[in-house]
Amino acid sequence: MTFWVSQSLNALALGGLLFMLASGFSLIFGLMRVANLAHGALFMLGAYLGLAAVKAGFGFWAAAATAAVAVGLLGGIIERTLLRRLAGRTLPQVLLTLGLAFIIADACLMTWGGDPMRLPPPPELSGAVRIGDAVFPRYRLFVIGASAAVALGLWLLVERTRAGAMIRAAVDDVGMARAIGVSASTLFTAVFCLGTALAGLGGVIGGPILSVYPSLDQDMLPLALLVVILGGAGSLVGAFVGAYAIGFIYTFGQVLVPDLAYVILFLPMIAVLSVAPQGLFGRRLG
Amino acid sequence: MSARVLPFAVALAAMAMVPLFSTSPFYVNLTSQVAIAAIGALGLNVLVGHAGLNSLGFAVFPGLTAYLVAWLSTVGGIDPVAAALFALGGTMMVSALFALVALRTTGLGFVMITMALCQIVWGAAYRWTSVTGGDNGLSGVPRPGGAWLPLEKPEYFLWLCLIVLALALIQLGRFFDSPLGVALRGTRDQPRRMGAVGYDVWRIRFVAWMLAAAWGAAAGLLYAWYHQFVSPHMMAVTASAEVLLMVVAGGAGTLAGPLIGAALVVLLKNLASIWIDRWVMLLGFTFVVIVLLMPDGIVPGFSRLTAWLKRLRPTPAPKLVPRERADG
Repeated sequence: MTFWVSQSLNALALGGLLFMLASGFSLIFGLMRVANLAHGALFMLGAYLGLAAVKAGFGFWAAAATAAVAVGLLGGIIERTLLRRLAGRTLPQVLLTLGLAFIIADACLMTWGGDPMRLPPPPELSGAVRIGDAVFPRYRLFVIGASAAVALGLWLLVERTRAGAMIRAAVDDVGMARAIGVSASTLFTAVFCLGTALAGLGGVIGGPILSVYPSLDQDMLPLALLVVILGGAGSLVGAFVGAYAIGFIYTFGQVLVPDLAYVILFLPMIAVLSVAPQGLFGRRLG
Repeated sequence: MSARVLPFAVALAAMAMVPLFSTSPFYVNLTSQVAIAAIGALGLNVLVGHAGLNSLGFAVFPGLTAYLVAWLSTVGGIDPVAAALFALGGTMMVSALFALVALRTTGLGFVMITMALCQIVWGAAYRWTSVTGGDNGLSGVPRPGGAWLPLEKPEYFLWLCLIVLALALIQLGRFFDSPLGVALRGTRDQPRRMGAVGYDVWRIRFVAWMLAAAWGAAAGLLYAWYHQFVSPHMMAVTASAEVLLMVVAGGAGTLAGPLIGAALVVLLKNLASIWIDRWVMLLGFTFVVIVLLMPDGIVPGFSRLTAWLKRLRPTPAPKLVPRERADG
């Protein structure tokens, strides 16, 4: 029983981190039809920047905010200066974001070296709490709560605000949204900044759990892709459901069959794709 | 020999003659690497250039074959040739299963699914240490041959690679000209119309997928024999990206493009490893530069350049020749 409770909480924490990564990816994908393959690298960059800020004497929260803003700004620059030139051309965009992913990952390796590093959780969240018989790190509970809060905030933003209405309009039909006065150009940059900032924030929040190491991006990006494939690209609800599904499958897979944890990830993908090629909550992409 | 075949024959002959001019095995081995990479790039070109399916997980095909042949001929203790046949067969079976998943989608969905499939197999190779040796991989993979065919020698191995490369060029050249090849490009450009006029789009894409897998598997087999060692790194994202770079840099959809791209990437990688230790960064920058400056690749870019130069040259004033009268 204790095992199931504590592993379920671990799964929720991983699912929350995956949501922060995949929701930004999915928003960008839905709005701009761009698969930002640099998302995993930006997640890792966020973690490293957060670590550097903490080492420079910032508090954990200030470090998280700094890293998120810095990564978001970098995302905005990438969108404005590079991606924009390639609008509507799938393969060049994929290659560009992949190239940027390599550059960012190698720059991290160059700057911070190859050894895994631990990002210490903030002092007020260190230690553990007892839940029944299970002892559970307080920080992981915070991650579960924080990611749920991010999910709620994103949902409110998209469904309940004017900016959200513009995003939804542009997702449905960019040309029409432009015609009625939505500045799609500004919207694209804003959403790209938001999505990449979420990845950076996820990196810092995830740092104390995952630790910070050079191939973090290659570990996280495929999981985020699976989340988007399962949930459906462009859907916030899909990213939410997919993230927690992958969180549970991967966590329990690692504990129960450690050798084949990766192979088990096939199963939900096959199951969903055979029923709905566009993902559970996705719309068919033209 | 037709004009179309001649450049390829000259290129292959030049590669085959490298051992005659070079005393050190370095250049012979480098040529082998180019040939192996070219076979893989030719396979991926079927998907990227002719089917319009951008795969970011191509390394899974050579990876599966290399692991299968390495495991069978070391742990399994089977003869290398028999192990190769089993490995090729096994790879084709797994590839067919993957096709059922990957070909459910096209476009960006296909990019993501192929990348995820390759990562899952990479993860299995990396984590399933009791079978795959984990990060250490499997070493001591024996090359086939014997006294009558000393494939241990670099020059003989190079010639084997070149024979396979020639077969790939002949087979793919014929395929692209065949009605099926034309239909494949039809499904790339107008999938719905092709479906409407009665072509089975899924089945045509499946053939393309299996063809790509077959040449990827051949490249993986030669890779395992060449290095006599396999490790999960050959299925990493960077490995798939390198093959994609070969195709895109050379020119997707052309027959010569993957060959030129393979030579370029392999030489760049070897030069980079001599001077700087940052291949991944260089790979990234190459992607960005190619995409921004030469999005169609070298071969189409070169054709455009020569066309542009021709236009630049002042055209001679038309000679005033009295037109012959038709009724003479």
